[in-house]
Amino acid sequence: MNVFAGRSFLARPVRGGLIGSMSLPQATPLNAFHRSHGGRMVDFAGWDMPVQYGSILEEHKAVRTRCGLFDVSHMGEADVKGPEALKFLQHLVTNDCRKLFPGRVLYTCMCYPHGGVVDDLLVYMRGEGDYLLCLNAGNITKDLSWMQEQVKGFNCSVTDRSPDYAQLAIQGPTAAALVQPLTKAVLADLRYYHFTQGEVAGVSCLISRTGYTGEDGVELYCATNDAVKLAEAIVAAGAPFGLALTGLGARDSLRLEAGFPLYGHELTELITPITAGLGWVVKFDKGPFIGCDVLVAEKKKGSAKKIVYFRTGDRRIVRAETPVLNAAGAVGRVVSGTLSPMLNEAIGSALVEADAAKELLTVDIRGTLLNLHLVKPPFVSLKKT
Amino acid sequence: MSNVPADLKYAKSHEWLKVAADGTATIGITDFAQNSLGDITFVQVPKVGTALRAGETFGVVESVKAASDIYAPVAGTVVEVNKALEATPEKVNQSPFGEGWLLKLKLANPAEAAALLGHEDYRKLTA
Repeated sequence: MNVFAGRSFLARPVRGGLIGSMSLPQATPLNAFHRSHGGRMVDFAGWDMPVQYGSILEEHKAVRTRCGLFDVSHMGEADVKGPEALKFLQHLVTNDCRKLFPGRVLYTCMCYPHGGVVDDLLVYMRGEGDYLLCLNAGNITKDLSWMQEQVKGFNCSVTDRSPDYAQLAIQGPTAAALVQPLTKAVLADLRYYHFTQGEVAGVSCLISRTGYTGEDGVELYCATNDAVKLAEAIVAAGAPFGLALTGLGARDSLRLEAGFPLYGHELTELITPITAGLGWVVKFDKGPFIGCDVLVAEKKKGSAKKIVYFRTGDRRIVRAETPVLNAAGAVGRVVSGTLSPMLNEAIGSALVEADAAKELLTVDIRGTLLNLHLVKPPFVSLKKT
Repeated sequence: MSNVPADLKYAKSHEWLKVAADGTATIGITDFAQNSLGDITFVQVPKVGTALRAGETFGVVESVKAASDIYAPVAGTVVEVNKALEATPEKVNQSPFGEGWLLKLKLANPAEAAALLGHEDYRKLTA
């Protein structure tokens, strides 16, 4: 056997992180917890993270049918505070932050002047002039530099809070039932994309009804020092709810099944939110923001390329970078691909010439041509409260 | 520590071979290999009747992580393939030396099998 290094992050070499960069990956507070539970560790965006504890497919199915616990402490956090915080955020991001009120969360992109994406992120409104941003792990340094540059001239500050926060996600149909006995916060009253400050298992947390799986669940932001205590309490309470420990492998297949973009794949510095099908997070009527002129023009003219989601009816995974073909030749490339454990077939996303998206598209898997059946995501129905 | 049954022969490329008295052999991938690959999602094997040379690629084992070529440890002709793997490729993970077998060959030269690694040498290789 010869194991090809796949182009997905899953195939990146482990331990020591000596390949590609000379620095060792960072550890989350749960590093020893992962290892003691049999986590298979890889370097993800410079972090030593568990890809899986057992089987990625079983972990994925656990989240869809029961619940799973993810360590997402590698994600970044930043405070945006001050009298002009809202004005700054309105300039910085594509979505309309006036929709926020204390306890509400907003998903948005922030773009470069040329319309490409700096990052996709969540904005939490704690109070007047007081916001928390959640950033992708691989973009923390870039995002903070970008925001520090853009905030000049606004009466507010941007502060990196990533070292202060750990984050756990509990996701799945039994997730809320698992967490409720551990907290006085009434989860039935906590709607999707809302959050509250409270305690879970005696640990002070920001409790967020959000997630990256398409299932019901919560994301808990706590102090770094409390992460192990919180994780252990959740595991201890987990058996009656069928809790499984779940790694980044399942996190990726779950988000792809749910039709959620992953920065670096469906969104990049060269892919705009309009191209990626995220026009709904771009609000042109809220006033000017970075990139709005280019995005307005793209919306008017139509995108030259678009991100499409597909299934194949076959089990062979169509991996990232695979050329997408029409009758004449290559019209794009796959950006994400996996096996959907729920559909039992390969699913993925591709960046293709917009006109080509209306034709029959195929991919060549080791000499066999497979048709791409374009799907409007999600591939499975999403559960929202 | 992966399982390395004593009664099998092994190739450096992580295939195992079990020779039967009638000059056929069953081939699969080892416990070490299935563990490295992770969840196996698709197995591609050749048609019955295909003639293989020693060291020739005869198929692919796909996992969530990557696709891996499989090599014939010895020369022979394919006499049977494990059809169950079409619907349940995870059998290769669950039972790499049992239900997860890949194919059976009629050996071109049964003596070739002797040149493969024994279990001790394979275990050292994968330690």
